[in-house]
Amino acid sequence: MDTALFTANNVWMMICTALVFFMHMGFSLLEAGLTRQKNTVNILFKNFFVITAGLLLYALAGFNLMYPGFEEGATGFFKFAGWGIAPPEGGMTAAYASGGYTWWTDFLFQGMFAATAATIISGAVAERIKLEAFFVIAILYVGIVYPIVGSWQWGGGFLSNWGFYDFAGSTLVHSVGGWAALITIYFLGARIGKYSADGTSNPIFGHNMPLAAGGVLILWLGWFGFNGGSVLSADPATTSLVLVTTSLAAAAGGIVASIFSHILYKNYDLTMFMNGVLGGLVAITAGADQMSTGEAMIIGAIGGIIVVLAIALLEKLKLDDPVGAIAVHLFAGMWGTLAVGIFGNMASTKQFMIQLAGVGIVGAFCVLSALLLVLVVNATIGLRVTKEQEVGGLDDAEHGMSAYADFSVSKK
Amino acid sequence: MKKIEALIRKTQFEDVKNKLHEAGVTFFSYWDVTGLGNENKGRVYRGVSYSTSAIERRMLSIVVNDDFVEPAVQAIIEAGGTGNIGDGKIFVLPVEEAYRIRTGEKGGDTLN
Repeated sequence: MDTALFTANNVWMMICTALVFFMHMGFSLLEAGLTRQKNTVNILFKNFFVITAGLLLYALAGFNLMYPGFEEGATGFFKFAGWGIAPPEGGMTAAYASGGYTWWTDFLFQGMFAATAATIISGAVAERIKLEAFFVIAILYVGIVYPIVGSWQWGGGFLSNWGFYDFAGSTLVHSVGGWAALITIYFLGARIGKYSADGTSNPIFGHNMPLAAGGVLILWLGWFGFNGGSVLSADPATTSLVLVTTSLAAAAGGIVASIFSHILYKNYDLTMFMNGVLGGLVAITAGADQMSTGEAMIIGAIGGIIVVLAIALLEKLKLDDPVGAIAVHLFAGMWGTLAVGIFGNMASTKQFMIQLAGVGIVGAFCVLSALLLVLVVNATIGLRVTKEQEVGGLDDAEHGMSAYADFSVSKK
Repeated sequence: MKKIEALIRKTQFEDVKNKLHEAGVTFFSYWDVTGLGNENKGRVYRGVSYSTSAIERRMLSIVVNDDFVEPAVQAIIEAGGTGNIGDGKIFVLPVEEAYRIRTGEKGGDTLN
């Protein structure tokens, strides 16, 4: 391969790395906007912890756990290639990764992905989890569970040998985070005031819609890197197709979710519109390079409907997810993964069954690991803050500060 | 001297203020209040339906000499009313004394 092409590929992959990094800003703003102002510092603190600790853990062990180099054709389940990061022989040349990128780019791109899984948990558990409990769960989940699951597919393990397909991580990233979020909020319980003693649900309003909306648009932008970079080179045809399918699915997901929630609830709910966009993005992620434009729109649209229905389902089950993270990342993630067997170039009954098996196995492993993790944390440091701390706000209780010290908002 | 406390619709505030000025009431305090009442609006947020009886209103606090009470009350009724339920309430309370802080003088003149 000539140097110019290798350089162009690597530059594109570094841009995508930066875009995926930018998604952490999107998550931070979305989570802050959809929760109450008394917990804003706390949610931002968690997001800072996730990106910083996530990256360090990935350098320490995660990368070598996720890409341990399973032997050709082996049914890899677990392998660890050692602590720390050091480029292999030829890691900076076009001989590495077919000239798509250098080893350093590989590490950082994957490292940015890793932290996303914990960010998904952060939104769902917002406003009542004890900070230390979140640290422990996030560290162990991102440091161990995420890379192991990733190794089964992207690291060349048994799922990839079966023919499972997850282009950019509907299952490997989004569902992995979503499962842990689900298990954690089950044991954590709902926020005070979310459900009345007689069983009725009460709304708890997000405090800043401009932040939340900005966050969603930043996430969409970041997804160009998330999916675009998952081409693993700057291949003109595939990268441009992926950006188109990604955007069309996001647009369809948002439009359909907003219309569908209006049909159900007779209300134009901006937060449903935003969650619908994210549902479309998560859904297309598994097969972004395999779909036609029409198929991308259908997958995104169904993703949007699934998000609205999943939010209603969790509400019925009294599982309190302030930002809709589980509906978006777990439910739309599972749908997107299965959709690879229904639509696009790979569609077949056999592929669908493989996709289904992959979703099931990853789900079972994530549920079991999250269960173990959450139960141990609950029994030792405890999951939840005291009632007094929760009512007074975590910003005051955990950080002794306020997000908007002397800022006031005029009411109509 | 009397104190007039009026709870009015925020939408009527400008009209009430202008009418009070016409009636010779040129200074008063006001602030936004939230109360509970009989009004009930059905709402939905993220699929959760809820109803609210919390009502946003503006509270006016006006201290006047006795001969201004009637014109002021009439001004508020005239400009504050829309004819619909929820237009608000007016209360008139006795005031024992009034002082002007700058000069220390007291009595009805301090209200002019």
